Amino acid sequence: MGKTLAEKILSENSGSDAHAGDIIIARVDLAFLQDGTGPLALRQLEESGLEQIANPERVVLFLDHAAPSPSLELANDHIILRQFARKSGAQLYDVGEGVCHQLVVESYANPGEVIIGADSHTVTAGALGAFATGMGSTDVAIAIALGRTWLRVPESFNVAVSGGFTKGVYAKDLALHLIGRLGADGATYKSLEFSGEAIANMSMTGRFTLANMAVEAGAKTGLFPTDEVTRAYLESRGRSALFRSLRPDPDAKYERAIAIDASSLEPMVSKPHAVDNIALARELTGTKIAQVFIGTCTNGRLDDLAVAAAILSGKRCHPKTRLLVAPASREVLREAISAGYIQTLLEAGAVLLPPGCGPCVGVHQGVLGDGEACLSTANRNFRGRMGNPEAHIYLGSPATAAASAIAGEITDPRELV
Amino acid sequence: MLRGKAFKFEDNISTDDITPGRLFHLRSNLPELAKHVLEDVAPSFGSMVKPGDFIAAGVNFGLGSSREHAAIVLKMAGVEAILAKSIARIFFRNAVNVGLPVLICDTDKINDGDELEIDLVGSIVKNLTNGTKLPIGEFPEVMLRILEEGGLIPYIKKHGDFES
Repeated sequence: MGKTLAEKILSENSGSDAHAGDIIIARVDLAFLQDGTGPLALRQLEESGLEQIANPERVVLFLDHAAPSPSLELANDHIILRQFARKSGAQLYDVGEGVCHQLVVESYANPGEVIIGADSHTVTAGALGAFATGMGSTDVAIAIALGRTWLRVPESFNVAVSGGFTKGVYAKDLALHLIGRLGADGATYKSLEFSGEAIANMSMTGRFTLANMAVEAGAKTGLFPTDEVTRAYLESRGRSALFRSLRPDPDAKYERAIAIDASSLEPMVSKPHAVDNIALARELTGTKIAQVFIGTCTNGRLDDLAVAAAILSGKRCHPKTRLLVAPASREVLREAISAGYIQTLLEAGAVLLPPGCGPCVGVHQGVLGDGEACLSTANRNFRGRMGNPEAHIYLGSPATAAASAIAGEITDPRELV
Repeated sequence: MLRGKAFKFEDNISTDDITPGRLFHLRSNLPELAKHVLEDVAPSFGSMVKPGDFIAAGVNFGLGSSREHAAIVLKMAGVEAILAKSIARIFFRNAVNVGLPVLICDTDKINDGDELEIDLVGSIVKNLTNGTKLPIGEFPEVMLRILEEGGLIPYIKKHGDFES
């Protein structure tokens, strides 16, 4: 019987004939922690009594959620992570380097690998054909020590996307449409596997966005076949030797098939307080926005900043709307400076934040006031997510965010691109 | 056999609801974080829940962030088990890893304040208030073994590794 991408990767990894539903012991090719989950993981690691670190070269700690630290408690948590890195030989990315998921794809993730991170958006690396999934602190702590974890091989959904995107419509809109269709738990425990013409033609930036949001439908992983786009990306990162062709078997068995015509999609927005609570951007015209946030592991990449800069070029943010921009990594920031995007955004009135998670998690750098609404390019709009349960979060593409920053209200970006 | 009172919650309770991001700085101070458990959705829950009580939620309990602190503070607050129609994937693993039973059952038959008796061996929830018996959904064996040891850390301490 043919295999899905998930079955193929996990079979090879475990040296077994793995099928959906099987429990396997997987070799972990990369394990990582961030500053919100890392301190607990290190306490659990100590408690376990395991003294070895399976492969310090492939254990990475990221200080990104509270970066730089807004409080003495978090500054002390950062010290714990830095000390562990020094002692164990694990890799450390300190404040200002960027969001863990962006740094993972820039420097670590490769096709066919099994990646676990103590962060739900670990799924982002599925865009490179890695079986990447989020777990909690204890699971990752044990994986750091043993180099192994247990996994249930997931059933897969084939998400076939035909056609081409129309102007002003992006991978983010597809992601929101898909989550709206599946529901916030529609793909729980499953592998979302993407295929079709629109996927083949999609840039790595778009693929990262789509893979990143797989977890918002409950999925365990969001996997892309590898192709020339993947190869070119790995080559640009100095990892061309690690490219490998990965495709599902033509007779792979999927639990469910979902067909989407990209050309029929319009700019989408998720309304408070659930990602699957979707609407067309144009249906929300008139919704006042106090803060626009462009950034995160979903949409803080160079192409995203380029889209926003093109729309905001020569324009100003609405006087009642703040625009915050946090590039996903130091490298994205550097390239965005070279390309002139940062200059354009600053001239439009943007506040530039350091590379990292920014205000996405409600820790710092843009906590919302009571009753305020934010249009964010992030992946979650749960009640309280950005630090205030009395605030309202809408999610959209960088284009929708930029257009809304100019108008001061939710705006369909096709009026401006 | 577990016995306690049910606190009823809606669908899609997220880990942001259980442990909000604005309390991120308390993650290394779990007793303090536990005082705020679920306060944005049920402000009185933390002061009313007693050791041995249960949460009875709808679908997709624990969705969102991987923060294991959410499972830990529920346990610290006294929650003995979580019953829900479905549980988000990462939270499911986290709860088991910290020794907090998560049970899939038809929680529509449970109202806020109902007295429940849970028979883990017989896989049945008895609602002592309305007399209904609710079967508990299947539990993967690997998770059952971890839960039986009280969580992943005690499991690893005892076995040293995963049994393949």
